[in-house]
Amino acid sequence: MAGPLLDAILDPASAAGLDAASWDLLLRQARAGKLHARLAATLLDRGLLDKVVEPVRARLLAYATMSDTHDRGARWEVDRIAAALRGVDTPVVLLKGAAYLMSGLPVARGRLADDVDILVPKARIGEVEQALLAHGWQPLKVDPYDQRYYRRYMHELPPLRHARRHSTIDVHHTILPETSRLRPDAAELIRGATPLRGGGPVHVLRPTDMVLHGAAHLFHDGSLDGGLRDLVDLDDLLRHFARDPAFWDELLPRAGGLNLGRPLFYTLRYAKRFLGTPVPADALAAAGAHRPGRLALALMDRLVPAALLPVDPDRPGGGFRRWLLYVRSHWLRMPPHLLAWHLSTKGLKRLFGKPG
Amino acid sequence: MRVEDLDPPAFRERLRGEGVRLRTGPFVTSLRTTYKELADAIHCVYLDHEIEEGGFADFHVAIVPPRGIRRWIRSQALFLLDGWPLFEPYPGDLTMPLFEWGLNWCFGGAGHEYLILHAAVLERDGRALLMPAKPGVGKSTLCAALAHRGWRLLSDEMALLRPSDGMVLPIPRPIGLKEESIEVIRRFVPEAKFGPLWHGTVKGTVAHLRPPADAVRRAREPATPAWIVFPSWRRGVPARFAPHGRADAFLRCADHGLNYAALGLRGFETLAALVDRCRCLEFEYGELAEAVAAFERLASEPAG
Repeated sequence: MAGPLLDAILDPASAAGLDAASWDLLLRQARAGKLHARLAATLLDRGLLDKVVEPVRARLLAYATMSDTHDRGARWEVDRIAAALRGVDTPVVLLKGAAYLMSGLPVARGRLADDVDILVPKARIGEVEQALLAHGWQPLKVDPYDQRYYRRYMHELPPLRHARRHSTIDVHHTILPETSRLRPDAAELIRGATPLRGGGPVHVLRPTDMVLHGAAHLFHDGSLDGGLRDLVDLDDLLRHFARDPAFWDELLPRAGGLNLGRPLFYTLRYAKRFLGTPVPADALAAAGAHRPGRLALALMDRLVPAALLPVDPDRPGGGFRRWLLYVRSHWLRMPPHLLAWHLSTKGLKRLFGKPG
Repeated sequence: MRVEDLDPPAFRERLRGEGVRLRTGPFVTSLRTTYKELADAIHCVYLDHEIEEGGFADFHVAIVPPRGIRRWIRSQALFLLDGWPLFEPYPGDLTMPLFEWGLNWCFGGAGHEYLILHAAVLERDGRALLMPAKPGVGKSTLCAALAHRGWRLLSDEMALLRPSDGMVLPIPRPIGLKEESIEVIRRFVPEAKFGPLWHGTVKGTVAHLRPPADAVRRAREPATPAWIVFPSWRRGVPARFAPHGRADAFLRCADHGLNYAALGLRGFETLAALVDRCRCLEFEYGELAEAVAAFERLASEPAG
């Protein structure tokens, strides 16, 4: 059940020759997986856009433009965040999309992210929030339940949105929720971060930690919705960082040290399986030490493809399997009594909360 | 095939089932809806538009009621793009305004192969007239009148400028008119065909005017921009053109750009080339007949 989207990601040149009707399905899947701009940028960069049939070429060109617009906006956003936090004595670690972009990694190309994520030491988060509020950011979730939920249980502040630019920032003090079953040491991540060119307070995670954060986010924190894009990110990162021969030797011990061996195990297993990521045999064997029990692994092997791989946009299926993963993600991030309370509160609000 | 090749019940049936791929200018929208009144309104005002069979659609849109218990409390409609709601639920009895608004949103938000300005566009002898304007200054009324008095309608809503050669591409769609304008055009253009009235939108009562069949059939013929005119309507004033400074015209066009910022340098260059090649004018009018005569004189002036 690979489908046209996976084929296009594995071999973009093969997509260039598709007919209009095949592109129709492919681009719907790509948009659903937030991979459309990446596909467009890849074809453009490889000079393959001219081979694409006419009406689709225009659409792809528009997606490539969106990607440039996004990157320009994200760079400016990082600039503004750095300016706003100038007075706070703290390192500011960019996470995910903004970090990939500012480090000039290939994975950033065509990656449309909605917001900027930053990691700061927990002791500084109050000052950071005050500085951002003073520079035009405002709380996005005003609902008191959401405010309480974020502040007590989550690993981040409720999202802030800039009043004029409408851009959102997520301020994290660690990379997984406070209540989560895994507790990587955020201070260690921040200590290991590297400053961006030009110095200053803005940092990015070092290569091993970028991968481990992506792994934790995909396999321990989310419900795997839109997970294919995250797995593609991890594949890109692994292929790029593996050019340094020392990378794999550092990755495995670091995963153990940060308590993130399990998510790394899943990442290597599924990235290799679905995207053909070249993982050295000894790295794969070492990660195997973090594998779950046989039953859990068999279940994951069934559930993960359902969530990761695109569905037919006209017949969205896999609902039950996706729901199981949603519950799993919450199971991993909070104890059962909290989970029951959270899911029922959210459900009631969805049913009876006033629209808009 | 065109919409007119299906009778209203067959059109309705298609929209409920496999959907209709409606071509508007360069964009094809795959549309589905379960609303009978929306299907009938689209059939009425998009009568001459092409329907594509299969192939590629730029946008996949569905207009449907929300799921869950809320739909029983108050009638609501959702505009879904790729299956996701683009806006908060909209009143269920205003599906046509929601459809038109949503399409504008799709084109303006993703049509980055063009520089898109919020403007009415008409053509005469290959020369295009662009009228960027804020809502409420009488742009659509003037556009509807000119479209039936010798000018070819390219669009009432958006100017699609092709960066490679600066040509403006037609995207003829129904003209949305509100409140008194509806009566004004009914009287001025007795042959005009309107869809149903939609009461209680943000803009009051709205109706959609079917674009002239010839304009829809010539939707693949671009035009060369020649005039940028900023119109304004004021009761009792005589129709009058006045020159408008190029620098200010540039800024006002940028202000009306739906994706000017998104295009970055390409947007700037395309807009600069547009303003350079156009005569820039202000236009004030109080009576439609006078306005039409004034534009007739403008069209008779030699190019350059």
